[in-house]
Amino acid sequence: MESLTNRKKVVSDKPMTFIEKLYLPAIFSGMWITMKHIFKRKKTIKYPEEVRVFAPVYRGQHVLKRDEQGRENCTACGLCAVACPAEAITMVANERKSGEEHLYREEKYAEMYEINMLRCIFCGLCEEACPKEAIFLTDRIVPTEFERNDFIYGKDILVESMDNRIDITKRQNTGKRGAV
Amino acid sequence: MDTALLIEKFVLVIVVFLISLGVAAYSTYFERKLAAWIQDRIGPDRAGPFGLLQPIADGVKMFMKEDFIPKSSDKWLFIIGPGISMFTALITSTIIPWGPPIEIFGRQITLQIADFNIGILFIFGVVSIGVYGIMIGGWASNNKYSLFGAIRASSQMISYELAMGISLITIILMSGSLSLNGIIEKQHGMNWNIFYQPVCFLVFFICSLAETNRAPFDLPECESELIGGYHTEYTSMKLGLFLFAEYVAMFISSAVIAILFFGGYNFPGMDNFSGNTLAILGILAFLTKTFIFIFIFMWIRWTIPRFRFDQLMHLGWKTLIPIAIINMLLTGVVIAFSKGWL
Repeated sequence: MESLTNRKKVVSDKPMTFIEKLYLPAIFSGMWITMKHIFKRKKTIKYPEEVRVFAPVYRGQHVLKRDEQGRENCTACGLCAVACPAEAITMVANERKSGEEHLYREEKYAEMYEINMLRCIFCGLCEEACPKEAIFLTDRIVPTEFERNDFIYGKDILVESMDNRIDITKRQNTGKRGAV
Repeated sequence: MDTALLIEKFVLVIVVFLISLGVAAYSTYFERKLAAWIQDRIGPDRAGPFGLLQPIADGVKMFMKEDFIPKSSDKWLFIIGPGISMFTALITSTIIPWGPPIEIFGRQITLQIADFNIGILFIFGVVSIGVYGIMIGGWASNNKYSLFGAIRASSQMISYELAMGISLITIILMSGSLSLNGIIEKQHGMNWNIFYQPVCFLVFFICSLAETNRAPFDLPECESELIGGYHTEYTSMKLGLFLFAEYVAMFISSAVIAILFFGGYNFPGMDNFSGNTLAILGILAFLTKTFIFIFIFMWIRWTIPRFRFDQLMHLGWKTLIPIAIINMLLTGVVIAFSKGWL
């Protein structure tokens, strides 16, 4: 039969020669290989001291963005929760009262917004689904915890603070807000 | 027996004991480092500078862990098993000559705890008792995997001891002595047995890999098939003793290989020195050879995959034993001719 790829290999079943039966040449060549590896450059990155360079589109811990005036972008539309294949996101919506205009950008906001980091698979579909440029994945790594409950992140962790804003300008899903 | 001799031997026993344990502890560290280097990793480097305190951390961990004895096990045999392993591994170090006689406080001190005239037979006997530790431990665990490990260990030990013994006879023929000192003195300077008996060395080396249960002959404890083999049920320091005994045994068998084939404490140009200088250089030469063999043991472990059990038996019975016998007969004939007996 004609092969579809050029990767076809004919398996040979010829008996071993005397030299091959001795195994020693094969053993020595194997040991030569491992010896060469001893002196090779090590691939290890000593993590807490050295950090690998992340890609600008790395999908790590989420952030809920605020706009330029410090108002939360999220309107609790629930599209992220619907898009989430792991069902990690849950939220409770609430209406913006008068006097709260400096806190929330639109008339509806998320009173409670939780992501279960143990369920999250960091696929980035929430970011893609969000019409308001509210949720983004960042290049931060979710830290380890001892208790399962500590992995359910609420708004206190997810919403960025104005003093310490998270840069998302290099991500792919920016600019949607102006387009709509 | 005078008091000075008693003190001298006592100090020597303590020193040899500590050196054996120390070398074994640091071979665990070095084994992990070497494994890491071969696999392009760094290895343990957190405990102390370059991770040098790692063996101590491991020891503390072993002691702190819960010591569990399975209900269905035979309690006393379960406890005795690792003890026998460790005891037999350590006791072989008593008759190893560590160097030429040294002179301290005007006394001539032989650096050997006991000079038996049947030295090599003693090592051989004690090493084969070592398998009892594994067998008893594996059997007393009352676990199928442990039992498999124990059975494999004993059958492997019996098969490889034959070839080892026969290749040893060749060396005894060459040197005409069973005492380790006699064997070393025959190899004065650079007159090492390896140059006369390379085939014998190869057989002996492969057998000592099998005797110490090191890869590629680590069938009694192969992790991937038997979940640790004979020490599956062991925890805490009992497991530590089993693992440690393996490293002590590796140190001792490296030393024995260095004595039998690489002249022990002999080194080229040793006639230019005398007295304590010679003794210290001799000790250094001996330890260097031993450490080189420990390195080769580890290097082989991280290079060669494990044998299948039938391959192991095939190699032992159908390859090594015939080679060893032919080699022994040829050596005997040549010696008889050269002495004019034939």
